Amino acid sequence: MTKRVLEVNNLSKSYKLGLINTGSLVNDLGEYYRRLTKRGYNTGQIELSAKAKPAEESKKKYHQALNDVSFTLNEGDVLGVIGKNGAGKSTLLKILSRVTTPTSGEVRIYGRLASLLEVGTGFHPELTGRENVFMNGAILGMRKAEITKKFDEIIAFSGVGQYIDTPVKRYSSGMYVRLAFAVASHLEPEILIVDEVLAVGDSAFQKKCLDRMMEVSRSGRTVLFVSHNLSAVKQLCNRGLFLRSGTSIFEGDIDKALSLYYEDGVATDFSNPVRDIRPFARKECLGNLTISTITFNKASFVVGDNWEIEIKLENHKPGKEYKDLLLDFAIHDRYDNKLIHLTNIFLGADRLSFQPRDVYKFSIPSIDLSPDRYNLFMSLRANEEIEDWIGEPVQFDIIESNNYGFSNSSLIRGMSQPKAKFQVIQNA
Amino acid sequence: MSNHISSSAPTIISNKRSFSLATLRELWQYRDLIRVFVYRDLVSIYKQTVLGPFWFVIQPIITTLTFTIIFEKVAKLPTEGIPSMLFYMSGIIFWSYFAECLTKISNTFVQNANLFSKVYFPRLVVPISQIISNFIKFSIQFGLFTILYLFMFPGSERASSYNALNLLLLPVVLFAFALLSFSLGLIVSSITIKYRDVAFLIQFGIQLLMYGSAVIYPITTVPVKYRIFIELNPLTGIFETVRFTLFGTPMPDLWVLLYSIGFTLVSTLFAISLFSKVEKNSMDIV
Repeated sequence: MTKRVLEVNNLSKSYKLGLINTGSLVNDLGEYYRRLTKRGYNTGQIELSAKAKPAEESKKKYHQALNDVSFTLNEGDVLGVIGKNGAGKSTLLKILSRVTTPTSGEVRIYGRLASLLEVGTGFHPELTGRENVFMNGAILGMRKAEITKKFDEIIAFSGVGQYIDTPVKRYSSGMYVRLAFAVASHLEPEILIVDEVLAVGDSAFQKKCLDRMMEVSRSGRTVLFVSHNLSAVKQLCNRGLFLRSGTSIFEGDIDKALSLYYEDGVATDFSNPVRDIRPFARKECLGNLTISTITFNKASFVVGDNWEIEIKLENHKPGKEYKDLLLDFAIHDRYDNKLIHLTNIFLGADRLSFQPRDVYKFSIPSIDLSPDRYNLFMSLRANEEIEDWIGEPVQFDIIESNNYGFSNSSLIRGMSQPKAKFQVIQNA
Repeated sequence: MSNHISSSAPTIISNKRSFSLATLRELWQYRDLIRVFVYRDLVSIYKQTVLGPFWFVIQPIITTLTFTIIFEKVAKLPTEGIPSMLFYMSGIIFWSYFAECLTKISNTFVQNANLFSKVYFPRLVVPISQIISNFIKFSIQFGLFTILYLFMFPGSERASSYNALNLLLLPVVLFAFALLSFSLGLIVSSITIKYRDVAFLIQFGIQLLMYGSAVIYPITTVPVKYRIFIELNPLTGIFETVRFTLFGTPMPDLWVLLYSIGFTLVSTLFAISLFSKVEKNSMDIV
């Protein structure tokens, strides 16, 4: 029989929105006094607003970060927690690692739980590596005897052996992280939490975290894995928990969880050139005329490809006329540099009015950007007002390739690869 | 497995957590962490200094000399027949034990926000380790005081009427200081989670409080009609007892003593219940 290691029952957490208090002690005491006496100040205004919309007010004041989430984990389970930003993943982890408490519901943990988001927490710069190993271990819940027993192993694993009696403020950041990670990974918890979103360090270090996680799960212990890297989730996990706005949509088989997540339209399925824009977050805009889909001419591109997007719009106010359409898009790299900015106006199409069946198409005959993942940001103006403004990027990939027919693409480091020529002009 | 901090019973996370015997048991399980924090507090301060731990005694020596010059030579405050150096030094080291515990504990949440927001351990570990590390610092300073005391006190006018049995009260007095600073510190730290104002208040208030606590003058020098204000400060009774213990000056009035004890006990109970209540969700607010 498999052993149950984690039980989460009807877990909810709500946060107070806005300022935590009215800003000063005096106001808060006044507020407290008013609540105590159930009497308003005699200014009339406060009375009125308090009477007029109490229900609405109290609803707005709280944000439900987790809503009635339940699941159980057995020994050896590897659970992938998936969901968009703000779905409640971090809140769940915070409650599990006991940094904060739930508003209602409870969690039962059988055994020791540790999380890799704690790497390096509590390191004191003035203390030596040795002193910090003991301190960090104690913070993570190890007893002194346990640390002493594993000390040599930890030092060997970290590879900072000869600097162990040097204050850690003299360490390079790499050494610092390695030492911290060495301590954390010798915890031997029954349940390990890995939050890739919060994981510090370079990609090599993140890979090390993942390797460690695989090792832990192979040894029959339980892992909770939070990541936006869905292929890693698919590869590592046997169970999935799909959260949306704090609510558990699905809990169970990982493939089912992932396919539901894709269907939900929140995760980008890069194999599909048609992107549904409707569920995307919006910035401040009117929202009468919105972008509904963006269709790429290919699922992914190579350098120098013909790059096209077709944009479909959706009118939420039938009969309303829209003039002077301005479709504006920009391609940003992962560091948020704006590389390309185009609108229909730049390309000679002004005085455009909206026709319900029209599709708008931009094309770049040769996309000369180097292989990477790119973010497409879009907005739409009509009648000189912002109708739609997409708050999150539509992503596309330019895969490993180059514009010059060279054998090793990785040697070409430029951001862009314009068509180019080289000649030797021989002077006799 | 036995050296893990975990037990066979499940850890239950809910918002019903409050102070209980289980909290004490958990604190005991985390005793190694308390030890490590004490070590950190003591060692990290004077790393990369030439004089190192000597700073622990240099501070009270210089302050004592300053006080002796200002309050004895310039202001000519009486010291009840106690050698003035001893009078001021005893006041200073007991006061700084109280004041440092209070200020450090007041900052528990704000100072450790980074740590508290990432990893769980019983939060009381931090204030408890402050009490202990400051106690060690106090002991070093008290050692210095003892040397001076052995040289200066036997020849003074108080020595003839002094009963060495008074010293038995010393641990009680220290415990009272520890408990009072612990409880006031917990209360302030609980409030600073929401209102940082209180931390500022403590910063300068603590200096003023020293003048209102009969640290640098005996209560008998205060005119009778104002005396009640000084006596309402629970520290006054404890400081008067310190001088009774070390120098055989008269014990404070019984009601002053009972008031100090009562105040300390009530504030401790209040502090622990307040702290356990706010620590649960403190990281959502800090």
